[in-house]
Amino acid sequence: MRLQKRVKIWNERIRMDNFAQAGTIETVTCPFCGLLCDDLTVQRDSAGNLKVMDKGCARSVTFFERPIATPSPRIQGKPVALQEAIAKAAEILGNSRQPLLAGLGTEVFGMRAVMNLAESNRATLDHMNSNGFMRNIHVLQNSGWFTTTLTEVRNRVDLLLVIGTDIISLFPRFFEREIWNKETMFEQDTSQREVVYLGGRNIDTSAGVSPDGRQPDVLPCDLDRLPEVVAALRALILGKKLHATEVAGIAVADLEKLSQRLLAAKYSVVTWAAAPLDFPHAELTIQNITELVIALNKTTRSAGLPLGGSDGDISANQVSAWISGYPMRNSYARNYPDYDPYLYSTSRQLESGEADSLFWVSSINPERTPPATNVPTVVFGHASMELAKEPEVFIPVGTPGVDHKGIMFRSDNVVSLPLQQLRSHTLPTLSEVLRAIEQTLQTSVQ
Amino acid sequence: MLIKLSGGTIYDPAHGIDGKVKDIFVRDGRIVEQPRDGERIDQEYNLSGKVVMAGAIDMHTHIGGGKVNIARTLLPEDHRHDPVAHSELCRSGCGHAVPSTLTAGYRYAEMGYTAGFEPAVLPMNARQAHLEMGDTPMIDKGGYAMLGSDDLFLRMLAAKQDQNAINDYVAWTIAASQGIGIKVVNAGGISAFKFNQRFLDLDEQNSYYGITPREVLKTLARAVHELGVPHPLHVHGNNLGVPGNVETTLNSMAGVEGYPMHLTHIQFHSYGTEGDRKFSSGAARIAEAINKQKNISADVGQILFGQTVTASGDQMSQFRNAGAGSPHKSVCMDIECDAGCGVVPFKYKDENFVNALQWAIGLEIFLLVDDPWRIFLTTDHPNGAPFTSYPHLIKLLMDKSFRNDVFGRLNLDAQKMSTLASIDREYSLYEIAIMTRAGAAKLVGLHDRGHLGTGAAADITVYTDNADREKMFEKPDYVFKDGQLVVKDGKIVKVVWGATHTVKPEFDRSIEKEIKQYFDKYHTVNMEHMKVSSDEIEGDGRGKVLVQECKGRREKTA
Repeated sequence: MRLQKRVKIWNERIRMDNFAQAGTIETVTCPFCGLLCDDLTVQRDSAGNLKVMDKGCARSVTFFERPIATPSPRIQGKPVALQEAIAKAAEILGNSRQPLLAGLGTEVFGMRAVMNLAESNRATLDHMNSNGFMRNIHVLQNSGWFTTTLTEVRNRVDLLLVIGTDIISLFPRFFEREIWNKETMFEQDTSQREVVYLGGRNIDTSAGVSPDGRQPDVLPCDLDRLPEVVAALRALILGKKLHATEVAGIAVADLEKLSQRLLAAKYSVVTWAAAPLDFPHAELTIQNITELVIALNKTTRSAGLPLGGSDGDISANQVSAWISGYPMRNSYARNYPDYDPYLYSTSRQLESGEADSLFWVSSINPERTPPATNVPTVVFGHASMELAKEPEVFIPVGTPGVDHKGIMFRSDNVVSLPLQQLRSHTLPTLSEVLRAIEQTLQTSVQ
Repeated sequence: MLIKLSGGTIYDPAHGIDGKVKDIFVRDGRIVEQPRDGERIDQEYNLSGKVVMAGAIDMHTHIGGGKVNIARTLLPEDHRHDPVAHSELCRSGCGHAVPSTLTAGYRYAEMGYTAGFEPAVLPMNARQAHLEMGDTPMIDKGGYAMLGSDDLFLRMLAAKQDQNAINDYVAWTIAASQGIGIKVVNAGGISAFKFNQRFLDLDEQNSYYGITPREVLKTLARAVHELGVPHPLHVHGNNLGVPGNVETTLNSMAGVEGYPMHLTHIQFHSYGTEGDRKFSSGAARIAEAINKQKNISADVGQILFGQTVTASGDQMSQFRNAGAGSPHKSVCMDIECDAGCGVVPFKYKDENFVNALQWAIGLEIFLLVDDPWRIFLTTDHPNGAPFTSYPHLIKLLMDKSFRNDVFGRLNLDAQKMSTLASIDREYSLYEIAIMTRAGAAKLVGLHDRGHLGTGAAADITVYTDNADREKMFEKPDYVFKDGQLVVKDGKIVKVVWGATHTVKPEFDRSIEKEIKQYFDKYHTVNMEHMKVSSDEIEGDGRGKVLVQECKGRREKTA
């Protein structure tokens, strides 16, 4: 037993030491979308370039197969040593009266460091995906909801209602993993699962076709007409009669049929992604979705499935909630956490001139660059990031799940998974950089 | 480093010490018999006239994990009333019903507590529970892993797998979740709700598996016992909050056939159906049963009046009760073929008949159970009330006239339904020390905590004796954590991070083959990734995983 343990530790050490060599890594977790698939096989060449060999999708290939880059930290575009860049970032933070710490594309350990730095320096916090995410938070805080998680969907769903999204452009393997899986725990014939798309125009519904070729039902409408359509569906589920014969081009008879199917289903799942629901007060439509789910649960079982989790948005909100009590958008300007979904949005903070410096974190996706602004900007960025405007300071940081370990939360807000290190690297982690800045300013408490 | 605590009045029930003046010596975080010959005392505290106890241990408090964080996210309006500013030593946060992790740690310590145990760690959410507890400073932590509505366990039971296989799976779950015990919530009921059952009584079958809660309880109680896990099976009963559930609770006690079982927040499970409103106290019958059955222990889950939030794995009950929530909003979740959760804010009101009677029922149970080693002081934080109300609760237990004053202001119909005013018992300091220290440590299986004997970790709390017990217990003079002075005059003077207590019962590793097969076939997560490594708990240099003694696997049973 003891010997076995020693061999295991020894093997682990060898594995770690071999990051510099070519190799194949199995059961890799991909943090590039909220599904957090953890069954990928990735191959590494001796230079550290990665290739997805099995269970890949368009997004994971984009994420893992970026050519390896090791840019230098920069001040005003000039390459400098890391220490210098850290000192400059600390100076900007120290001189700032209302710093904005935004983007927050990171994982749990990075987010802990973000919270500490923000807390010590009275910064305001916002995530790059908050515009979408806050729609869900508004609903949660106003009325709550009834939701489920991916393994439940995989084993139980008999009717999937997809509202306002094709799912797959954001979450490519959703249908493969959760809907058309071959086996379930409860002897369900998954090929008989029903899929209905509601809302949106020209949505790619190909993933909703069952393995034996059965087409999904599609009820299209313009996205900004979803408020009416979803309200009508909720009314029908509650047993109300509608005088109209069509809503936003959808026959009420079709909505009536859909409501009957939902009431008859044993475990329906109603899913949406908050980001594409980009019309004024979309939170009220989401609330109609979540309330119709609650109404269905009076007699049968149903659950909502909000889809998100890209760029660490779920992780950022989780960590912020346990450390400060609040999800995004909050601020330490008053020396204690203060929550305001309106006041503390990135765009408002920058446009109003309240924020006098911007610290932008984006370590997962190099394409998520900071918004245009004239205030001094420090970017903690993915190594491959290309910036339209050179910031005051650029510090390249390691990519979690590639260059270093981490923990990330999945779309369903429950499961968090370890992210592996896949290659040796020279870049510092976000936590290391932020801790160094905090120490430089010496305002740190435990 | 040698510290001398001189002349304090010691309450150390683990050693039968009831108010004896005695010096305590602490060397490098541990209590020692006496200094070595010629050893210099580095620091001395004159505790003459002070009350000295071990640090208090909360054996059931929801301080970390998914449902707690949902509760935080759900209630910005509650946090706003209690902002906590950044200070020289402490980071900011918010308090009251469901505090931020850092504030929770500070406030526990400032109240003389040195450990708290999260009772509902969903194995699929264990990593989050440990991350949150890792960000909870000052106190030691630990968690009970939840089983009993997870599909793998129910499948094993339905397939009539033998007890040894179950034991291996239970031990594997404790290891994978880094737990110190096993909890079952609404045995089999969370699963039944996923099949659209709305109640599940002790002998009612889960409609898919054909398994009854009685079978779940008995199998798990036996597994925990046979694995040698010190903490008995921690049970949140079926039919929480339902009038008449006293029968279910009494039957559950009998149903485990003598195996040790801990019934948690038993107040919520002690309701009868007498009276005009068909809601009455079952406290006397519950207390009588606990007094008789020595294998049973319980914590009360006292409710106290005011705003709080209920966060529970018992989604079946929470969905049923969501309508009574205030403010009116709730979150329910089906979780990973593992469990579920339900979060419902509640405002308990003394003018409300049901709430007033719930308050009285909790106190009746406290006062009618004879053995303080088997009844524990909890509010099921935050479900009955926030943990910060413990000093008030202690005063209710120790001061009959205060108790009766409060009782006299309650809903009159509720007063008529309670025998509380006729109960004369007042808890002594010794009994409080049992409930919140020695007994709690023994129940959880913390061999070196909860007492002041030689070799114990120096988690020590010092109070000024005060006839107003609320004032006394809300502001200790000193709190020592592992020998370091961390609180003085009720305020943090040093921030420490505490450790995570676990048990590691031995088991037959070949069970992993079956578990892996199950994960590969049905799950969305790789089995290896579900396991919480010590690395993750100890990461960021704050935590430490401690392994408490577990007597090990017994002989295989036939």
